Amino acid sequence: MNSKQLLSGNEAIARGAWEAGIHVACGYPGTPSTEIIENLARYDDIDVEWSTNEKVAFDVAYGASLAGARSLVSMKHVGVNVALDSLMVTPFSGVHGGFVVITADDPGMHSSQNEQDNRFFAKFAKIPMLEPSDSQEAKEFVKIAFDISEQFDVPVFLRTTTRTSHSKSVVEFSEAKRTPPQKYKHDPQKYVVPIWGKRRRQNIEMRLKKMEEFAETFPENKIEWNSKKIGVITSGICYQYAKEVFPDASFLKLGMIFPLPKKMLEWFCDGVEKIYVVEELEPFLEEQLRLLGVKNPFGSLNLSGKDVFTNMFELSPDIVQHAFSGNGEKKSFDNEIAIPPRPPVMCPGCPHSGVYFVLHKLKTVVTGDIGCYTLGALPPFNALDTTLCMGAGIGNAFGMEKVHRATMGKKLVAVIGDSTFLHSGIAPLIDIVFNKGITTVVLMDNSTTGMTGHQQHPGMGKTVRLENTYAINYEQLISAIGVKHIRVVDPYDLEATETAMKEALALNEPAVVISRRACVLLEEEKAKTHYPYEVLGELCEECDLCLKIGCPAIDGSQAVPFISKERCIGCDLCAKLCNFDAIRMIEN
Amino acid sequence: MMKNNIGKNILFAGVGGQGILLISELTARAAIHTDFDVKKTEVHGAAQRGGSVVSHVRFAEKVYSPISKTGEVDILLSLEKLEGLRWAHYVKDGGIILLNNEERSPQPMTEKKVEYPQNIEEFLSSKGYNVQIIDAVSMASAMGNYRAANTILLGAMASHTGIDDEHWFAVMKENLNPKILELNLQAFEMGKKLSQKVLSVA
Ligand code: SF4
Ligand code: SF4
Repeated sequence: MNSKQLLSGNEAIARGAWEAGIHVACGYPGTPSTEIIENLARYDDIDVEWSTNEKVAFDVAYGASLAGARSLVSMKHVGVNVALDSLMVTPFSGVHGGFVVITADDPGMHSSQNEQDNRFFAKFAKIPMLEPSDSQEAKEFVKIAFDISEQFDVPVFLRTTTRTSHSKSVVEFSEAKRTPPQKYKHDPQKYVVPIWGKRRRQNIEMRLKKMEEFAETFPENKIEWNSKKIGVITSGICYQYAKEVFPDASFLKLGMIFPLPKKMLEWFCDGVEKIYVVEELEPFLEEQLRLLGVKNPFGSLNLSGKDVFTNMFELSPDIVQHAFSGNGEKKSFDNEIAIPPRPPVMCPGCPHSGVYFVLHKLKTVVTGDIGCYTLGALPPFNALDTTLCMGAGIGNAFGMEKVHRATMGKKLVAVIGDSTFLHSGIAPLIDIVFNKGITTVVLMDNSTTGMTGHQQHPGMGKTVRLENTYAINYEQLISAIGVKHIRVVDPYDLEATETAMKEALALNEPAVVISRRACVLLEEEKAKTHYPYEVLGELCEECDLCLKIGCPAIDGSQAVPFISKERCIGCDLCAKLCNFDAIRMIEN
Repeated sequence: MMKNNIGKNILFAGVGGQGILLISELTARAAIHTDFDVKKTEVHGAAQRGGSVVSHVRFAEKVYSPISKTGEVDILLSLEKLEGLRWAHYVKDGGIILLNNEERSPQPMTEKKVEYPQNIEEFLSSKGYNVQIIDAVSMASAMGNYRAANTILLGAMASHTGIDDEHWFAVMKENLNPKILELNLQAFEMGKKLSQKVLSVA
């Protein structure tokens, strides 16, 4: 094998965790973190799982640590919110085997419903956080994180952002250090936190002091002395942007962003005339720097940070340059020529389109959550009223019902994907039954976790390594919760879907409609023979009804719609809408 | 070994699902094969398909940012014309823009709210770029497999990179399914021949 490989940050983290000799890795898929678990699953000597949600993943991985093994849990930024309950207690109980928590933040919200700076969680929980700036560092920092975890008896955060997770750079491999897990130690005074918590509380502050001292000599907090005119304080991907823009400046690159090395910061600031803090999102470093009371040679702190940078979205070399030099980004040409936007769309033949077509037609109020089906909010369906976070839609619908039961109860629908339902949809559905609601839930079962790239989940009968396992029977599960009215429909059958929806909405009790059809991007589905459709120009009345199914294989920009033969998968949905029999399967 | 230690910034553009990830990956690997430092990143919206996607590939003796600055890209290869227009401002003055002769109407156009821009090639040429339109799909279809279109485009792009053929061949051998390797090597050659029509850039 070539010693130099081109790896994404996520691939490098997986490699680093393996080189660190971990025994257990857990996670729930979420962009940009997903590939960490996928790549770890390739190492046979690690026990890897997709867990049902991030809190479960956290608890399982932490259990492995308590049992004496090095373990890792990986999630996207909002996943930490789900796991937070457990996370906030673990600094009290500490670790046994090293324990690393990966938070993959998404500045710019490339595939997230919000933007949040998880660096604050490190300060909040009083645990250290490392931040790599490319793939080589990502790999090394995982190993360092395990050492720190064991040295200070503390969970350690490794934070990436979309740009470090998903960009690729050169990585050199090292040998793995594989040791068997340590023996389990019965130690209730350490792990039964509520009873002995007060004693543990003091440990946290003592440990923090020790870690602050450690930060001063931590080799990944690096000073690069160059010109003393400008000193840049930065971390993560922002280091790369700033190096691009200020090749001659001095740099303090922080490999660990919590706790900070106070003396080192003072020394660095003392050596330069002007300080630039280059950081994405919130003024995390800047605020801490100001709180530490660091000064420049002339007394007051000559510092620029969030006064010139926005606290929103991703930075880029262009933005960093513009912030300090005023040299603008080169503008796109859209002031001279109209460049239409190109938002993402559902796939040709997406099973969700059938459901949304029916919901739009029935003029229902639809609450949803996170998945490909969020695109139902866009034209032509305009069928989604809310999308907040995993599992929120069902509870949101029930809350709406409580306020306007008489009117809305008959029109309220919560939609949820199969993976999301298992992640956090069951509890709110129990709540509806328990508290006598009548809301209708559509379980959009496309037999996979579609949005993040088709990861396995407990409804699929396959583990992360594609081993066979028990597949959840949704009908039985939902019936056991206490829902009596359960109907299963094929979303390609628009009539049956409409009938089932009307029936459910007419009831004075909770109802679940399961829309069951596999995602068209699954390999098994792609392998099936597809017979594409075409529009017969002489029959077409140019009514544009077929466009209401929102299929991207149909180009509706001309009078007679045109179906791309390469992209059509022959789902027949558009043909069902045409009143003039103008859409037919191409004769073979 | 290294033929040219200046390095290049390359931008690949197109519509999600068109295959940008594979051709940008092959390019990054060819660069690493010549011992350059390489960084690469994709930028796109939500994980679904059908949206606008770009992939930056940068190689040089030392590369910091995986994202190029606007006005610094040497070569833009767009698998779709409108996407070429959308990202053209990343290309440096006099830089090369290769456009696949393919038009895909975005969804808002299907709603007939906006129109597909006309004369994209002329517009970009008038800005001083070296623009070439490549009819990759028909060329590939003539070869017997329209799926080889992206490799034709890759070949056309490759001849402007300064990376020797041996590296491209090695990388294609390592990364492509042996069943389609021969076809792709031919398509690559065909693409390379096209590039002779483009003026050489400074
Ligand atoms: S629904 Fe039928 S008649 Fe109407 S535009 Fe589409 S193909 Fe033509
Ligand atoms: S049959 Fe119609 S709706 Fe279905 S994929 Fe083909 S064009 Fe799209």
